[in-house]
Formats: sequence, structure tokens, C-alpha cells
Amino acid sequence: MILDIEQDVNRFKHIVRGKIRKDLKKFMSKGEMLGRKGRNVVSIPLPQIDIPRFKFGSQQAGGVAQGDGEEGTPIGGEPGDGTGSGEAGNAPGEHVLEVELTLEELAQILGEELGLPRIQPKGHSNVVAEKDRYTGISRVGPESLRHFKLTYREALKRQIASGTYDPARPVVIPIKEDRRYRSWKSKPRPERNAVVIYMMDVSGSMGEVQKEIVRTTSFWIDTWLRSQYNGVETRYIIHDAAAREVDRDTFYRTRESGGTLISSAYKLCQKIIDEEYDVADWNIYPYHFSDGDNWSSADTRDCLDLLEKFFFPRVNVFSYGQVESEYGSGQFLKDILEKFPSHDQLLTCKIEDKEHIYDAIKVFLGTGK
Amino acid sequence: MDTPPDTTRTPEGTTAHRRNPHASLTVIGNDRRHELPPEIQALVEEIREYAIEFGLDFFPTIFEMLDYDEINQVAARGGFPVRYPHWRFGMSYDELSKGYTYGLQKIYEMVINNDPCYAYLLKCNEITDQKLVIGHVYAHCDFFKNNMWFAHTNRKMLDQMANHATRVRRYIERFGLERVERFIDACLSVENLIDYYAPHIKRHPDKDDRFTGREAESETRSQGDGVNGVYKLRSNRRYMDKYINPPEFIEEQRRKLREEREKARRFPPEPQRDVLQFLLDHAPLEPWEYDVLSIIRDEAYYFAPQAQTKIMNEGWATYWHTTIMTQRALKDSEVIDYADHHSGTVAMSPGRLNPYKIGLELFKNIEERWNKGQFGKEWEECDDLQARRNWDRKLGLGRQKIFEVRRIYNDVMFLDEFLTEDFCIENKLFVYDYDRRTGQYVISSRKFGDIKKRLLAMLTNFGNPVIEIVNGNHENRGELYLVHRHEGVDLQVDYSIETLKNLAFLWRRPVNLETVIDSRPVLMRHDGKEFKSTPMKQ
Repeated sequence: MILDIEQDVNRFKHIVRGKIRKDLKKFMSKGEMLGRKGRNVVSIPLPQIDIPRFKFGSQQAGGVAQGDGEEGTPIGGEPGDGTGSGEAGNAPGEHVLEVELTLEELAQILGEELGLPRIQPKGHSNVVAEKDRYTGISRVGPESLRHFKLTYREALKRQIASGTYDPARPVVIPIKEDRRYRSWKSKPRPERNAVVIYMMDVSGSMGEVQKEIVRTTSFWIDTWLRSQYNGVETRYIIHDAAAREVDRDTFYRTRESGGTLISSAYKLCQKIIDEEYDVADWNIYPYHFSDGDNWSSADTRDCLDLLEKFFFPRVNVFSYGQVESEYGSGQFLKDILEKFPSHDQLLTCKIEDKEHIYDAIKVFLGTGK
Repeated sequence: MDTPPDTTRTPEGTTAHRRNPHASLTVIGNDRRHELPPEIQALVEEIREYAIEFGLDFFPTIFEMLDYDEINQVAARGGFPVRYPHWRFGMSYDELSKGYTYGLQKIYEMVINNDPCYAYLLKCNEITDQKLVIGHVYAHCDFFKNNMWFAHTNRKMLDQMANHATRVRRYIERFGLERVERFIDACLSVENLIDYYAPHIKRHPDKDDRFTGREAESETRSQGDGVNGVYKLRSNRRYMDKYINPPEFIEEQRRKLREEREKARRFPPEPQRDVLQFLLDHAPLEPWEYDVLSIIRDEAYYFAPQAQTKIMNEGWATYWHTTIMTQRALKDSEVIDYADHHSGTVAMSPGRLNPYKIGLELFKNIEERWNKGQFGKEWEECDDLQARRNWDRKLGLGRQKIFEVRRIYNDVMFLDEFLTEDFCIENKLFVYDYDRRTGQYVISSRKFGDIKKRLLAMLTNFGNPVIEIVNGNHENRGELYLVHRHEGVDLQVDYSIETLKNLAFLWRRPVNLETVIDSRPVLMRHDGKEFKSTPMKQ
């Protein structure tokens, strides 16, 4: 009985998001509650749909309230008559954080909006790796699986215990309770764990705008993957002519300048995977963002080689997002697509500007891999 | 919570059996998780004894224990575990659960007007809190049972709500969610167009009686002297007739008859405040629509007295929880927790009016005054401040008086009679208004007269504008014609336009509303598609 409220809540949320009952959209208002989360004051959006009815114009109604102040003193905001619990969560002037939705809700919305399929973790579809081994014993089973020796051993034990065993005339006849059968044990599936390796080109050609695009895209990807896997690890690599692993903050803040050797990043990525992430246990998602201006075609060849020989056999999906910059040539994307025009483990996308982030996410997450 | 409550001792007067005797009600399923743990059950019984001792009188009350999420769900549905499916309950739940998550509000209890009364306690509450809450609940139950404004409410509403839900679900299955939902939205739009006094007054005779009754009346009334149907007093002697039935008298009777015939032709004969009933009677509704509208109307009437007595009811409950706690139930060790909770309940936050506080203070004030004899002609006429302050006739009528008040009054009457200047000053009440120049609400007065006037205005018709149907066949085109009885405050125009649209949707023909906007009389009209507003002659 109580679960039903979810139906009503979902209906409400769908209306608020404008997916259904668009006629109600005009009655929507975005109220807010001020609450506390730890030390911070947070603003909790409270969408309201106000069914129209005959009511007094609020502009004129006024009211009665309580407090200090002389005639003419303004009273804060939009007063109303409150009820009961007198906690006033209002603390004007404090820094207010916006709490839109929990990350789970965010991921859920993302999934719905983009029609993202649930990711099939690697272990699942890999039948070869999972074997049933007949290492167990059971008391029941089909005759084809009967364990001869153990059955007789049980029978023998029973007969000795009950004294019916005659060493002079050893006749052992098993009864139903003695029977033993082989049975199988499933090999444990690999844990649904994921590691995401973000690689970003931070050469001189990647400006703030480009980094912003990368940051936004990777946030959404991160949120989505977190909702699909129990534990998501993230590694960050930045590169120009050389690559190094960094932490999250540095990843987004660095402004190097220098040439661009994409292979440096790929090689470092390879090293990390080799050393720390066993393919059997991990679902690996490398993401590379760059403006596509590699140093030389020789270097590009190396990259493509690495992709072919190392990455594709190990990763779930390799994604490449090319952001546009005035200085970049965008050559790398062309090269990659030339070599692998339709590899189902390769995802590429051109992210021209902020508006295209949406499309990029759809591309990157849409395959359900 | 794992040990089932002791079922061998059934507390007298309550029906807290282990197997709910009202099994068909399935409050939250026959779920033993919601049963009270033994120590709470003991508390309930203890406090019940105190409540009875103090003279509270209530229907058998069943307590159930819910966790914060369950109580939010029940609260979202107005206190009922089952309501018809609608997004508005999802919206309430969203607000309540967010409020809870961010520590802004916590519902401590929920109790509904029903026989038996059902009350929900919040699982995670401290024992002190539960005591306070149980006392509060019993007082609410007493109020529901004894306040006359609840006299005509359906005391089996718990079952009835479930029944409403089933009916609506059936229609959803047959006609589709969207169609039913849209219809419900339209009904909710006019949900407040009921006659708040109707249950207590028989406004117009039953439909069947309307014409036969009148005919019957005119038969008996006419004395047949050739003047059709005019009422005459008996006169035995013809020559006395002129004195007993002088011409003025006859003329008066004729006029009355004319008026009645006019009325009978007018449709409706009297302006109708119960717009929902009018729609039910005369709008071309499908059978399922008729049923859904009647459900909405029933529920509106059921909840109406609760809105009419909010301040009194909360004040009453707070008064009794404090009395029971401080005079009986509170242990020394619990004092601080109690004070903490209680003060939260009656806190006044700036810019708001706390019904618990106002109600409580007024009841306390009444009790003190009637104990001391501070009422009546002498008191009213006494100007001497000193004398008033020291006035104490030691009548001890306080308790008796508040019981009487709780029986008879509603919020409007309550404030009208018992709000005093001292009270306003002590509680720093003020009137605020919208200042167009600054675009803000500002304090406009602290004068007692203004405060009282404003409060009463806010409460009259429970904050709803008075709107009546005066003609169900306007211009002989089957259009609906309503009048807004303007008493100084304009309607919110944009909302009114949309509401008229919904009304036109329900009536299936154009609807007209006469009102006043910015001091100018206006006729608003909606034909379902378009809205038009035309100025009217003064």
C-alpha cells in the first residue's frame, strides 16, 4: 500500500521535467527550501505545481504576523502563515550551495534522457571465461553424475557402524541415503568493477574553454559510470610532449604548453593498465580528449598501433573526443577514423562547443558497453 | 519491536488488538511492523488514563508506529494511507521528504478524524517526545469528536478514502490515466467552491420536494376567494374580512407570491455557493465524471472543518499535551527534552503566524480569565487598569469554559471573541501589507483593531473568495453565470482565467464571472477556448 506513493512521485517528477502534461507547465514554480548540509546552507529546489483556483491576488492580501519592527519596516521575503515546527532555516547572507538532486537521480535522469542502455559488464558476456566445474558433491542428482567411490564409501561406513558388515563376506549394498552425486560449482564472476582513465591533451592549444568542455563531459561520464558500477576508479593523465599521471584537480587546472605527442599518453595508459588492472577483473574505459593536433604522423602511427594491439583487446571501449580549438588541426580524428572506420570498440566524437557536449555524451555512453 | 504486544490484556476502550478487528481497513497492510512496542503501548495506556481523568472524550484510538518515510507518505496523503492516485500526493511527499532529509521539518504525529481514530507515531522519536505526542493526539481526537463543526463529517472516512481510491483506479483502467487525471485536475481547480456552512444549515429543500412541496403549500395557503393562491387569514364573517385581511395585507401577500413564482423560474432559485453540487446536478457529465466529481466534493466537505478550526484544534492539543506532561506524565529527567520539543512547536518565527502558539495562548488566556471572573458586563466596562490587573473573583470556571469553547467555536468565532489587545501586544502581532512602491511587504499597523480585522478577514470563508452561481442559463444559452462577492480584495487574475477555463471544461459551455478588478466591475468570460474580459456598467 505504501509503495504506491512512488507512482505518484514519478508522475509528479515527469510532469515537472516537462515530459508529460505539458499543459501543467505554466503552473509550475520553482520554489526553494533552505536547509543545512553540515556547515553549509543549501538551497533545495522545490518544484511546485499550483493548480489554478479562485484565490485572492497575493499582491493585495497582506496578513498578520509576529515580530519586532515599527510601522513601515519591511519584513523579509514572501511571508505566509507557517505551521508548527518553528525551525526557520533562513540564514540570509550565508553562502548557499545548490543541491539539485542526488547524483543517483542525476544519473537516472541522464539515462532516461539519452536513452542509455545499462552497461553489460565484461564478465557477463564472456562465456569462455566462466566455467562450471564439477568439483562438488551432492546427495541428489541424475544417475549420470553418480560418484561411485563415494557412494560405496558411505555405504561401507554405514554398514560398519550398524554392524552388518562381514569382512568374511564383504557385500556392500548402498541404499538411497548413501548415494552421492557429482555436482558443479560456478566459478565466481569477475567483480563488476570499472576503471576510467582520462587522458587530456594540455598542450598550448588547449584553452580554458576546451578544458571546460572536457571537464563537463567527464563529469557526466563519471556520474553515469558510477551509477552502473559498484566502485569506479579514475585515473588522470595529462600530456603534451610527455605524459604524467596526476590527481583530479591538477587534471583540470594545468596549463602546460608544449608540443603534442599523443603516444606518450597512450603509453603511460598502457603501463598503468598492465601494472594495476587485470583485464579479467576490470572493465576498463580510457577516454582521450585532445584537439587533434599531433606532432607527427609517425607518432600517430604509433598511437594507432597501440590501439590495435594493446587497447582493443583489453578495454571495453576506447573513446576519443576531439575538442575544437583555433590552433589545432583536428588531424588525429581523421587519422583514427581512417584506420578504424567502424570498430565497435572505438567511439569518437567531435565536440565543437558546449552545446555538443550532450551529443558527445550520447555517443560515448550510448553503446551499452 | 520483535516481541508482539501482550494480547491478553486488552486496554479498555481502545481497540488495539493484535489482529486489527477492522481487518478490512488494512491501514498499512496487516503489517506487524507497525504495531506498538510494549513500552509504547504502556505509555499510551498511561496517558489515556490521564486524558480521561482531565475530562477528554474521544473515540477509541488506534496508534501505529511508522518510520519517517512511511509517515511522510501518509502525511502526503492528508493522513490517510490510501488515496486515489494523483501527482499532487507525489508533490506533497517530495516536499516532506526533502524537508526531512535536510532537517527542516519532522512530522511527529498524524491523527485523522475517524471512528476509531487512527494516529501514527514516528518510530525514531525519544520516549519523551512520544509522551508529548500521545497526549497531543488524544486532545485532537477529543476535538474531532466534540467540536460541533465536525458533527456532520463522515466518521468512516478511512474506509471511504479507500473506496474512493478503488473507484478512481477503476476509471483509470478503463479510460486511461491522462484523461482521468485531467478531469481530476479540473475538479480540484474548483474544489474550494463549496458552501462552508451548508452541512449545518439546510439551505434549500431537497430537489424532489422543490416543486411538489410548493404546490402543496399553495394549495393549503389559498383561501380561494377568487384571488389566485393568495394567502388570507381566516375570517368567519364576511363583514370582518376587510378588517382581518386589509388590502395592504392582501397586496403584501400577492407580492410575496409573485416573488416566489419568480424564484421558481430562476435557475438556481437562490445564488448557489456549492458550485460542485450544482455541477453535479446540472452539468452534462459522463457517469464516471459524475462519480469522480462527487468524490472530490465529498473529500472537500470532509476536510473543510479542519481548515475552519486549525488554530483552535492545535491550540487545544498543545494545551493538553503541556498539561498532561507537566502535571502528570513528565519525569524530572525528561524536562529538558520536553522543553526543547515543546518550544520548537510553539516557536514564532518572524513573519509567520504559528497556529499552535496562538491557539495555546488564547486557551490559556480564556482559562485564566474565567477562573478570575474577568468577563461579563462589569469587566467589559471597567476602565481602571489597576482594577483589571488585580481582578480575581476566584470563580474557577476556567476549565469548564474552555471545554465549552472547544465544543462550539470555530477559528473565526474564537478569534473574534477572545483575541484581546493585551494578547496582541504581548505576542508582538502586526498587520503587514504589500507596498507597491518598494515591491515589499511592510508592517502597516500594530493597532489591535486592525490586527483583529485583518485576522478575521483572512479566516472568513477560510481565505477563499466568495463566489456564487446566480444563473445556470444565462442569456438562455445554457451559460453559467457566477458572481464574486467582492469585499475589498481582488481575485488573482491569471489564476481566475485558468479556473474559468476549467469550469467551462466541466460545464461544457461558456462560463461568466462578474467581479471587480482595480475598482472596476468586470465581466470575465471563458468559452473553453478563449478568454474575454469586458468592463461592466457601474
